[in-house]
Amino acid sequence: MAAKTHSIFDLAIIAPAIGESFKKLNPRHMIGNPVMFVTEVGAVITTVLLFTGGQGASFGFLLQITLWLWFTVLFANFAEAMAEGRGKAQADTLRKARTETMANRLRPDGKLEEIPSSRLRKADVVIVKAGEFIPGDGEIIEGAATVDESAITGESAPVVRESGGDRSAVTGGTRVLSDVIKIRITANPGETFLDRMIGLVEGAKRQKTPNEIALTILLSALTIIFLIVLMSMKAFGTYQSVDFSITVLVALLVCLIPTTIGGLLSAIGIAGIDRLVQKNVLAMSGRAVEAAGDVDVLLLDKTGTITLGNRHATEFFPAPGVTKEALAEAAQLSSLADETPEGRSIVVLAKEKYSLRGRELHELPHATFIPFTAQTRMSGVDIDGAQYRKGAAEQVAKFTGRSLPEPVLADVNKISGLGGTPLVVAVSDKVLGTIYLKDIVKGGLADRFERFRAMGIRTIMITGDNPRTASAIAKEAGVDDFLAEATPEQKLALIRKEQEAGHLVAMTGDGTNDAPALAQADVGVAMNTGTQAAKEAGNMVDLDSNPTKLIEVVEIGKQLLITRGALTTFSIANDVAKYFAIIPAMLVVTFPQISPLNIMRLASPQSAILSAVIFNALVIILLIPLALRGVKFRPLGAAKILQRNLLIYGVGGVIIPFIGIKAIDLVIAALHLA
Amino acid sequence: MNSSGWIQLILYVGVLLAITKPLGLYLCRVLDANGKTFLDPVFKPLERLTYKLIGVDPKQEHDWKRYAAAMLLFSLVSMLFTYAILRLQAMLPLNPQKLGALSEHLAFNTAASFTTNTNWQSYGGEGTMSYLSQMVALTIHNFVSAAVGIGIAAALVRGIARHTAATIGNFWVDLTRVTYYLLLPICAVLALVLVSQGMIQNFKPFDSAALVEPFTVQVPQVDAGGNAVNGPDGKPAMTDQKIDTQTIVQGPMASQVAIKMLGTNGGGYTNANAAQPFENPTPLSNFLEILAIFAIPSALTYYLGRMVKNQGHGWAVWAAMFALFLAGTLVCWHYEAAGNPNFAALGIDPADGNMEGKEVRFGIFNSALFATITTDASCGAVNSMHDSFTPLGGLIPMLNIQLGEVVFGGVGAGLYGMLIYVVIAVFIAGLMVGRTPEYLGKKIEPYDMKMASFVILVLAFSILGFTAWASVSPMGLPDAAGKATDGTNNAGPHGFSEMLYAYSSCTGNNGSAFAGLTANAPWYDTTLGLATLFGRFAMIVPILALAGSLARKKLVAESAGTFPVSGPLFTSLVVGTVLLVGALTFVPALVLGPVVEHFLMHAGKLF
Repeated sequence: MAAKTHSIFDLAIIAPAIGESFKKLNPRHMIGNPVMFVTEVGAVITTVLLFTGGQGASFGFLLQITLWLWFTVLFANFAEAMAEGRGKAQADTLRKARTETMANRLRPDGKLEEIPSSRLRKADVVIVKAGEFIPGDGEIIEGAATVDESAITGESAPVVRESGGDRSAVTGGTRVLSDVIKIRITANPGETFLDRMIGLVEGAKRQKTPNEIALTILLSALTIIFLIVLMSMKAFGTYQSVDFSITVLVALLVCLIPTTIGGLLSAIGIAGIDRLVQKNVLAMSGRAVEAAGDVDVLLLDKTGTITLGNRHATEFFPAPGVTKEALAEAAQLSSLADETPEGRSIVVLAKEKYSLRGRELHELPHATFIPFTAQTRMSGVDIDGAQYRKGAAEQVAKFTGRSLPEPVLADVNKISGLGGTPLVVAVSDKVLGTIYLKDIVKGGLADRFERFRAMGIRTIMITGDNPRTASAIAKEAGVDDFLAEATPEQKLALIRKEQEAGHLVAMTGDGTNDAPALAQADVGVAMNTGTQAAKEAGNMVDLDSNPTKLIEVVEIGKQLLITRGALTTFSIANDVAKYFAIIPAMLVVTFPQISPLNIMRLASPQSAILSAVIFNALVIILLIPLALRGVKFRPLGAAKILQRNLLIYGVGGVIIPFIGIKAIDLVIAALHLA
Repeated sequence: MNSSGWIQLILYVGVLLAITKPLGLYLCRVLDANGKTFLDPVFKPLERLTYKLIGVDPKQEHDWKRYAAAMLLFSLVSMLFTYAILRLQAMLPLNPQKLGALSEHLAFNTAASFTTNTNWQSYGGEGTMSYLSQMVALTIHNFVSAAVGIGIAAALVRGIARHTAATIGNFWVDLTRVTYYLLLPICAVLALVLVSQGMIQNFKPFDSAALVEPFTVQVPQVDAGGNAVNGPDGKPAMTDQKIDTQTIVQGPMASQVAIKMLGTNGGGYTNANAAQPFENPTPLSNFLEILAIFAIPSALTYYLGRMVKNQGHGWAVWAAMFALFLAGTLVCWHYEAAGNPNFAALGIDPADGNMEGKEVRFGIFNSALFATITTDASCGAVNSMHDSFTPLGGLIPMLNIQLGEVVFGGVGAGLYGMLIYVVIAVFIAGLMVGRTPEYLGKKIEPYDMKMASFVILVLAFSILGFTAWASVSPMGLPDAAGKATDGTNNAGPHGFSEMLYAYSSCTGNNGSAFAGLTANAPWYDTTLGLATLFGRFAMIVPILALAGSLARKKLVAESAGTFPVSGPLFTSLVVGTVLLVGALTFVPALVLGPVVEHFLMHAGKLF
């Protein structure tokens, strides 16, 4: 679903949105948006006056003003309905995946019972076979299977999910294609990932973000101020024996209060989340999207984000007096239990280059395997008293109990200097040599990081490599800083340190050990392939599990805020021209001498007022695409972005309505509407 | 617009610019409770004694609520004190003219007005106030109301400069230190210089002099009971009165004038204020008086820059103020120099411009400059009749006040008012750089926006609300007899301008007037007095709340993505915000007043 983007002019969205615009006229809905609520009240007043009469102006003129006031409200509702409609279309696709399925629950006595998935509760254990839908969010506790997750990710290729490790999470509504798995359910019905996704994209339970609330306060204050202005104007008129018509005062009020931003504010917020969804990223709250705009430190995992997938063993460097074959064999033995891609690549290299057949584990019954962990950073095997080890240079040196021989150290440094990862191989206390694991940096990243620097965002590469290796890759990729030999604790400490210095930090993560860091970061993007713990801890989930996407997330966050600010500026700047249109029109009958103030040379007082009201309404419609798409984002420094946007939306906001109102006036005059 | 005017303008700006930094640095010391100044040997013992007397621990700082409570308590007590003196004036000493007590409404209006640094005067200075009232009841407020304003500005700046802090300073310390180390010494020097220019300072009764050229005026005829007598045509009967003597005002003038300018108070010793020859004897005294108005407000921008460790920001705020000042001065000067086209028919050379209501000694430029400065700041001293300005020339002082007097502004009040616009500017435009808005490392959140919005709302509500009430209330309308009700002396847009100006001036705590409004009457005294209180305290309290909120916030690190708060771009942004958010509110009122009057004047219709 998510990969599908909707054109702005999709009829399937527009048609229901029109209906929604009328439903939203309900005052209970409108009160949430003070600016548009005042507009609606104004429209009601002019409607009543239209039929009670006594306004002195022609019925046709009053009718047109009244209609356009109603259109102003409807257009704002339409903008919101359009934004929601785009989310709904996506939610509908999701809902299809949420169809009621039957689940095979494992009872405590070991027997299976078939119950509807809606009756599953947390901690229930279910068995899912090939061809069946997974009945709820959970974690695989036994087995491995290929799963079709296209309902959520839009990606048709099946993925492997297996118990233990970082790929154990499964999502309700996805389908098992092969094998049988035992799942422990981790979410009650109604609280599942899919439910939350539907809620989010629909914007049903959308809460205003702090920034939206602050803006709404300012817009409300401006609205109250203009209410005071217009009410006092009536009194001022009385003093000078000018009888301002209520309808005209309401028209001026609606033109002056910030209806443009007031009408589009919620659409901008909904569309921001929607744009993330189109990138296959789910934000758990609008607040998270805004926080993404504020981020100024990105923690990027080297693997997968900066370098292409995994490192590969490319060469063996034996220690003096050791043959390449001996080194290759020891390397292969010590990697047999190492299921990481790096470990496998060592086995493969030994086989391909030195024709050493990769032995199966069961061929070595007396062997004790030492698995690789992030803490020990070493793996190996003990066979008949011989301890085969491979791992980071320091760890292996510590293991052998003495410092590495000089030539081996030289190899280690050489490989690190090249940006590769050296792994030292030893048997018991004898160092055999070094394995060269090579990293390949993704293309185009240096440019991208350069743009981030211009925007004031610092990039920090996180890697388990030693500092020398990390430094070389950091240099090649163009990141600003790196954290080498990183453990999850160090990662968390780094985030805390940056936050204390006043930075906002974004990171991606997938493993369970990333969870604390994801929770601590201001923006934590969890990979969908990651563990349930990681997904719970972060405030966004990337369905494509592409760590590079963090960069786009930041851009969308910024774009959302820029759009909001730009339209606010535009809305307020518009008032200048509206004053020039309406004020002379209101006074020229009593004081004909002020006609030079009518600098737009509008045809008649009535047409001037009508033109301003029509412009005010139409501009909402015309700006809907901008609100939904977002202002075009350019990666520049704050000063440059500000200058550019102030020119377009501030100065432009002053000038454009002069042109627009004049143009509408010409049409009105040509059609003899006023 | 002659070259002499241009030269004086450049000189004025040059000197103002030159004193900004040194005075700003001095302010940093004064506003720091532990700051050392060269006046410590003189004032330190007095400062310590003051704290002891009022029982204040100067080392203890307060949060915004305690700061605000202290400020409100102090203002209330000092207002009651002044009210009491004015009501008891007849019984108190230092009253050689034997002036009577003030009425309840005038005493309320005056006490409110001086407590709020407004100095709106519904009375004629020398004809109403005894020497004691001038020196004690009024001059004290000239000092302390100015010190309160500077203290509030310092509290807000501290709020901006600090982070994760609970306190914003100690009200009593700010009040004491500003009065002793800043206002008293400068005023002492300034008063002496003014005396050297011919200003008076004594306790003598009023003098009288025989006129060299006696003249005759027509005055309304009155019967034995003092009531006007109507002639046979039903109009008030007039009678000739020969004027051959002149009463010449005396008293402690220089001491009050110095603080009236420096503290942007503006309440004149005499009714004619700075147009009276004693109160403004020479071109130099005129220059010093307008320099004194802007001195502290200008230096406070430097203080801001220093405190937030971003001098560029301080100067950017200064530049925004300067741009608005320059524009106002030039527009006002232009329209006064252009004059009233209807004068030509009376045989007046149009090149003379509009000299109505202006001192010949000062001429058009110095009157326009004085009018602009006194309303940019919340001073309100005048050296010409603003009521007699051309409509658009008079629009400038009115607009200056309505913007909230943020163009340098009142001492302290100008800075904190401008910083509210800065917060709003940063909030709206800050979004446009793609981050949630932050001001000098502080995120601007709903609470802060609530306080800032409240401030601009108060301004509009008080000015427009009261003026609207006056427009439709029988109490506000002109009455042919001029007795039954209060009201304006002029009809049409000009009469409207007079009301609008009065409420703008009082809400803005300015104090200058489009005279012509019969303001000393129960309804106007009361509503104008309320406007001064509203315009002062309904703004200060939310501003202190904002200061407290900003002080509590954590600091966000600065980067290339941070909203820039210095440089020409920021300055233009602030100017734009002041005009779009501030001025737009008053456009309809200004059009109905001065702008309509302007077009009518060109059509030959005068009011």
